[in-house]
Amino acid sequence: MTLIKKPRYILEEKCTGCTTCVEYCPAKYPDEYNQEISKNKAVHIYFAQAIPLIAYIDESCLYLKENKCRICEGVCKNNAIDLKQTPKKREITVGAILLAPGFEPFDPKTKEEYHYGEFANVVTSMDYERLLCSTGPYSGEILRGSDMKHPHKVAWIQCVGSRRVTPGENSYCSAVCCTYTQKQVILTKDHHAEAECTVFHNDIRSYGKDFERYYERTEQLPGVRFIRSYASIVREDPNTKNVTVRYSTFDEGVKEEAFDMVVLSVGLNPPVDAKDVAEKFGIQLDPNNFCKLNPVNPMESNRPGIYVSGAFQGPIDIPESVFSASGAGSQIGQLLDYRRGNLAEERVYPSERDVSKEEPRIGVFVCHCGANIGRIVNVPETVEYCKTLPSVVYAQEQLFSCATNSAREITDVTKEKGLNRVVIAACSPRTLEPLFRDTVREAGINQYFCEMANIREHDSWVHSKEKEEATEKAKDIIRMSVARACHLEPLQEFDLPVNKAALVVGGGVAGMNCALSIANQGHEVHLVEKAKELGGMVRRVYSTLEGLDVQAYLHDLIAKVYGHPLIHVYHDATITEATGYVGNFVTVVKSETGVAEIKHGASVITIGADLYTPTEYLYGQDERVMTHLDLEGRIAERDEKIVNAKSLVMIHCVGCRNEDRNYCSRICCSQSVKNALRLKEINPQMDITILFRDMRTYGFKEDFYREASNKDVKFIRYEPQEPPQVEAGESDEGRPVLKVTAPDYVMGKKLVIDADILALAAAVIPSAATNEVAALFKVTLSPDGFFKEAHVKLRPVEFGTEGVYLCGLAHYPKFMQETINQAYGAAGRVLTLLSHDTVVASGSVAQVNESRCIGCGACVSACTYGALDLRDTKQGKKAMVNPVLCKGDGLCNSKCPTGAIQLKHYTDQELLSEIDAMATEEEILPEMDAAVGDV
Amino acid sequence: MCSGRVDMSFVLRAFLNGIDGVFIGACRLNECNYVTQGNYHALNMVLLSKRVLEHMGLNPERLKIEFMSAADANIFAEGVNAFVKKVKSLGPLGEGEGINRHELKSRLVEISKLVPYFKMANQEKLASHLKTPEEYDGLFTKEEIDRLFTEMVSYYIDPEKCQACMTCLRRCPVEAIVGGKNRIHVIDQDKCIKCGTCFEACPPRFGAVKKISGEPVPAPIPEEKRTIVRKSKEAS
Repeated sequence: MTLIKKPRYILEEKCTGCTTCVEYCPAKYPDEYNQEISKNKAVHIYFAQAIPLIAYIDESCLYLKENKCRICEGVCKNNAIDLKQTPKKREITVGAILLAPGFEPFDPKTKEEYHYGEFANVVTSMDYERLLCSTGPYSGEILRGSDMKHPHKVAWIQCVGSRRVTPGENSYCSAVCCTYTQKQVILTKDHHAEAECTVFHNDIRSYGKDFERYYERTEQLPGVRFIRSYASIVREDPNTKNVTVRYSTFDEGVKEEAFDMVVLSVGLNPPVDAKDVAEKFGIQLDPNNFCKLNPVNPMESNRPGIYVSGAFQGPIDIPESVFSASGAGSQIGQLLDYRRGNLAEERVYPSERDVSKEEPRIGVFVCHCGANIGRIVNVPETVEYCKTLPSVVYAQEQLFSCATNSAREITDVTKEKGLNRVVIAACSPRTLEPLFRDTVREAGINQYFCEMANIREHDSWVHSKEKEEATEKAKDIIRMSVARACHLEPLQEFDLPVNKAALVVGGGVAGMNCALSIANQGHEVHLVEKAKELGGMVRRVYSTLEGLDVQAYLHDLIAKVYGHPLIHVYHDATITEATGYVGNFVTVVKSETGVAEIKHGASVITIGADLYTPTEYLYGQDERVMTHLDLEGRIAERDEKIVNAKSLVMIHCVGCRNEDRNYCSRICCSQSVKNALRLKEINPQMDITILFRDMRTYGFKEDFYREASNKDVKFIRYEPQEPPQVEAGESDEGRPVLKVTAPDYVMGKKLVIDADILALAAAVIPSAATNEVAALFKVTLSPDGFFKEAHVKLRPVEFGTEGVYLCGLAHYPKFMQETINQAYGAAGRVLTLLSHDTVVASGSVAQVNESRCIGCGACVSACTYGALDLRDTKQGKKAMVNPVLCKGDGLCNSKCPTGAIQLKHYTDQELLSEIDAMATEEEILPEMDAAVGDV
Repeated sequence: MCSGRVDMSFVLRAFLNGIDGVFIGACRLNECNYVTQGNYHALNMVLLSKRVLEHMGLNPERLKIEFMSAADANIFAEGVNAFVKKVKSLGPLGEGEGINRHELKSRLVEISKLVPYFKMANQEKLASHLKTPEEYDGLFTKEEIDRLFTEMVSYYIDPEKCQACMTCLRRCPVEAIVGGKNRIHVIDQDKCIKCGTCFEACPPRFGAVKKISGEPVPAPIPEEKRTIVRKSKEAS
């Protein structure tokens, strides 16, 4: 591959991200990151969380344009500016390529009717997103473009650029807008509780995990209206610049209403350069210009070795992008496994000096951070102050403590002066603490003897106009850190060996794909299936909406699993015991071949889901009433009663989106469209009516919904408070039928349909084994009873319990393609664990002093990781910590009445010493005396 | 370190050191990046501490918790500025409330000693997850806190019954029981955290540890009278 690296005009290895250059740069231009609402400088950091967190210079630079200025060169204390840089060409040889170019928001400027760019108070949802954000153009204030006032009445118009067949817009559903709009409504109400928010929408597509509850929460906020109507922007008031929206409701007909601000919920377009990317990489695009995917492996392009993740697969949200990213990673791992670890180097540290007999000897290094700290805080004065503090034997200043030479200086001085504690007064420990711990370790003392005092984010950056006070505050912060440093203890991180095998619980599509991907990277996999055969729920599915032959795929997948030498399948299996912890689990499985004790390093829960057995609509009483899955099977068999039916009715949301199950089963709408289209193919004369609440054919599935509608499948909406009624009866011609009665809101009357067959979109519900499995593996469940991931976006395929992962319908209902994405995603995460020989457990964990423990159990109930237990001893019950499971949050510590349990590195003593050092006697006494004097 | 690690004793220590206001910044509720949700624990601790401050005559507004994400710089800045303004309007600790310095210090010392008792008496409530700000006020009511004080128990070893068996002495988590073999045990009320371990531990046939509520604890018996002379020893 040939890469061209654009000049940054900044030397990456020298820039520390101090932003002094940004401050002095005179060239202001519209900030692209903030949707060009506010201004930025020619030299700047793209956004606050950018990685690497260093500046770059763009084309608006005065020097680059007109050969003048060069102020930044003068102010940079680290000589990191290099205005002579030119584009650099680099050739690299790689084994695989991952394409993740994302998406492009739909541009409403292309359609006059949206008046975007014309009316000052019409914004896109991307603009609005920035307005809401505290790092946004107005520091988190929502202001109108026309008069910089807070809008009170805000309207959102959904499906801008999506679900429309007009030229220039997309026929598909963008899949994410309904929910992001709800988020924006909630945030708007957070900003301004009195705000009136109105959402003009088509179907509400809350199909994701916990989305239905989120929708409900939004809808129930005071001052929030959801109006099901097409809406158009008609005019702008010339004086107030308010925007009038025209819409219509069944009750009130066409109406016009003025809003202070209108937000266009824009959809997702493919990346602008998708065609270019396709050409360069020799891959094919789909008709919408997203990547053309392998239907049974959506992370694969048509060209071997080139993979895809994220929204280039099509419109998907963040968790799914993360599944596919991790999944594509796993596939590349399969391809390149033979080279794993080739580039890794092992660090060797000097042996650790025992300082337990020594008095604290503290060294303080105060960082200028270029001009960042030094310009505000008087660093030399601070250094002198440090020398007066108890136990401090050495103090010095540094220009950039994090620069390689400075870090080496810290190491050298620590050795030379025999320091046994090091305080670094610089920036936030969040970014650089690992580096400084390493520095201290290089000097032969325990890494937990490193303490950071944050005098940048907590001081110079926020007190730039109060230099003297900032210097005093720096002294206070350092004094506190020094006090704490005196009490620091050497802690050992310990390496736990990792057993290289994985256990996969559940042999459906998720479990099999996950097992294969792990096994293909050289790890043994134990695949446990409760039934006699592999396949799970998919055994009853015959095709996908897109037309894939599911049974052929399943057959092939099962053959691959049985044929893999590293996969051991246990049929008819139950798990009787699961113990151990990350890297070292022991699970007892009873199966047709007997009882086996399996040792493994990782566990994956893929137990799938069950189908709700309806109690409504005569199900189980009348043989003409069946579930969707039954219907699919009977269509596949060409059952004459089905394919020759004159009239068929489908009812949606049976057993979910109600009080008992407050979630959407996600797949049923598309499933019924699929069945309807198959039936229309076989018997075009059949009358098919679908009674739905919201059609949730999100993403590209929208096109099939449109196709069904074009093929005369009737879609009639019902409301939950007026559900359809079903009774056995006779048609006018005397044919025995099911009489289905439903309200028709469009026609404003009751509708009676004669149905020969009634298919129910029965809910997907958590597997009956969920609670049992959750208890065995000590993992948690979401409010709807599905397994709960550690974090929806940051850790979507793993549990809070380390070493345990999840994917498939056990997590939430989803389509096969999504399941495959997620199954590979889980495999990718499993590999990041199993590819290591050891896992490192932190030294900062809880510790119990048994003589102080009264066995009250407050700590045990505070721990969400199951790291604590009460154990019987001769002295009564005592708490016991399993340090491997402890995550160091310290809740146990603050619950303990006797101080028996202490979080190491954050002990009561360490933290109280900081509090005690915060205010000195000299400062407090006069104040208290003054108080006394007044009384 | 999670905001849930902020101990009630840290807050009281700050006030004891003469700090006029304590501000706790925690993550946004329900947005925990782990499964811990320790910010609820921090909230509960603050609600309890506020009531305790109120009980001892200090303005509860001297303690504040606010929830924000790392990206909410403005919320932090506004929150802190508003809080500083508030605390300034309240005046120095004690002065605003009209409590003199020595009285204030002794009250804070006494209250700090009761932290273990507060934690034990409110174990469940301190771990609850409040759903709406409307529930905050009700978690700990003024009456409830008053009751905590009026119903407070003390433990006392009846010197007539104590057999100096060392059982309670060994089990006391804070080494508040003095005594030894053949030396009648005495509870140092200053160190005692009212956990009741001694009460549970004292062998029922002796029943020497007494729970006292609503009346003063009898003075400990003088040092010189603490030695037990066993009958067997008398015989020999």
